[in-house]
Amino acid sequence: MKKVKIDKKRGEKWLPWVIPALILIVWQGFSGIGIIPARILPSPTEVLKAGVKLSASGELTTHISISLWRALIGFLIGGTLGFILGLFNGLFKYIDLLFDTSIQMLRNIPHLALLPLVILWFGIDETSKIFLVALGVLFPVYINTYHGIKSVDRGLIEMGQAYGLKGFSLFTHVIFPGALSSILVGIRYSLGVMWTTLIVAETIAANSGVGYMAMNAREFMQMDIIVLSILIYALLGKLSDWLAKLCENKWLSWRQLS
Amino acid sequence: MDQKELLVLKDVKKSYSSLSVLKGINLTFQQGEFISIVGKSGCGKSTLLRIIAGLEAAGGGRIMMNGSELQSLNEAARIMFQDGRLLPWKKILQNIGLGLSGDWREKALEALRSVGLEDRAHQYPSSLSGGQKQRVALARALVHEPQLLLLDEPLGALDALTRLEMQRLIEAIWQKNRLTTILVTHDVEEAVMLSDRVIVLKDGNVAVDQVIEMPRPRQRANPAFTKYSEEILAEIMGTRSARGTVLVALSH
Repeated sequence: MKKVKIDKKRGEKWLPWVIPALILIVWQGFSGIGIIPARILPSPTEVLKAGVKLSASGELTTHISISLWRALIGFLIGGTLGFILGLFNGLFKYIDLLFDTSIQMLRNIPHLALLPLVILWFGIDETSKIFLVALGVLFPVYINTYHGIKSVDRGLIEMGQAYGLKGFSLFTHVIFPGALSSILVGIRYSLGVMWTTLIVAETIAANSGVGYMAMNAREFMQMDIIVLSILIYALLGKLSDWLAKLCENKWLSWRQLS
Repeated sequence: MDQKELLVLKDVKKSYSSLSVLKGINLTFQQGEFISIVGKSGCGKSTLLRIIAGLEAAGGGRIMMNGSELQSLNEAARIMFQDGRLLPWKKILQNIGLGLSGDWREKALEALRSVGLEDRAHQYPSSLSGGQKQRVALARALVHEPQLLLLDEPLGALDALTRLEMQRLIEAIWQKNRLTTILVTHDVEEAVMLSDRVIVLKDGNVAVDQVIEMPRPRQRANPAFTKYSEEILAEIMGTRSARGTVLVALSH
């Protein structure tokens, strides 16, 4: 009985990877027998070879680390601002009245539409990419933090007050934990926005990073490197989503028991 | 039992826009008393309790707690709500320790023990049944050692058997520490079972203030119990034949 249980658990662990693995196998097979021509899509082994070659020259690591750095800095700036704005607007009525309308107006501008303006302002160096990532990340974090705080159960807040909590202690024991699941939804969503923004910005205006690597490879028709870049984005996206999920499991563990 | 006045309500009023909910309530609560406030839903009984707790401001009149006028939150009182209001993200022991400082763990564990749930200290509230949640809420109120315990229909959402069990628990705890307790309920039998005094609120006024003189533990089969219950119920429903008849204590 016990062995079956372990096998089942192991199965659950591997099941999500069956489809990606299947796609790789089919892709490799079709490339091998020539159904997919190499100039349309290189085979996975070709892509892997390109990856190995670029790793050996150190190019790949440089591009990935610069992209990661931009993503992280932009995310931290935008996320922090969005969180603070959401927090204060959610908690204080007059700050809310002062800021919320303006923020809602700004939110409805697609941040990528600012790209030409941002290039003119900051050129194509780091500032433009970080600015755009921060802007893209800010709004989902803001909206979800704000909404999370607004939707904390009034009854629980009243209970906290009746039991002697006020100010900061009310915030840390009742309001923040009550808003946390919504805040994490915002963070998880904004991680997706973070990568999308960075890909676009690096593709159009950069001289380093994974997006630049792909754009540069296009000039020389290096299909394998283009596909490699796309796969790297997919992996980085999966990695950040996995991290966000890990945080959710850790901080919202009380939710899973019900 | 010493007869010290703990809480005095003088002409307490409350209205929401044009609707007058409380029309001048005058009541005195002695230290150590168990009082129930009963009435139809919307009669203002919960509002009155929330005013005593200081969660809502009265629209007029004075509330004297320990001889001084209540201005905001009633620090000497702890209220227990109908819907438990446990924090789902805190373990049960941490829920009880809410708002305590210093060496709170031992006190919280002791309170949890008094409601018979010490083995659940490190679980989350979601693992508890409705009755158990209310026990934890009761422990959370008791751990602050309040002078006044306010119960806002705490058993209203429980099934009949669990309610009976909780009534016994509340009575046992009250008998042990003689904590002044005000219970708001719509269940007349529950009020007669537990209280020294039953107050009927009707149309924003005190309609009846009835002392229940029966030995504890009380039996539902006792004819006095039935008599009290029927009289109070008749008063609430407005079906009492001779208005103003003084209820006779049929105890002993």
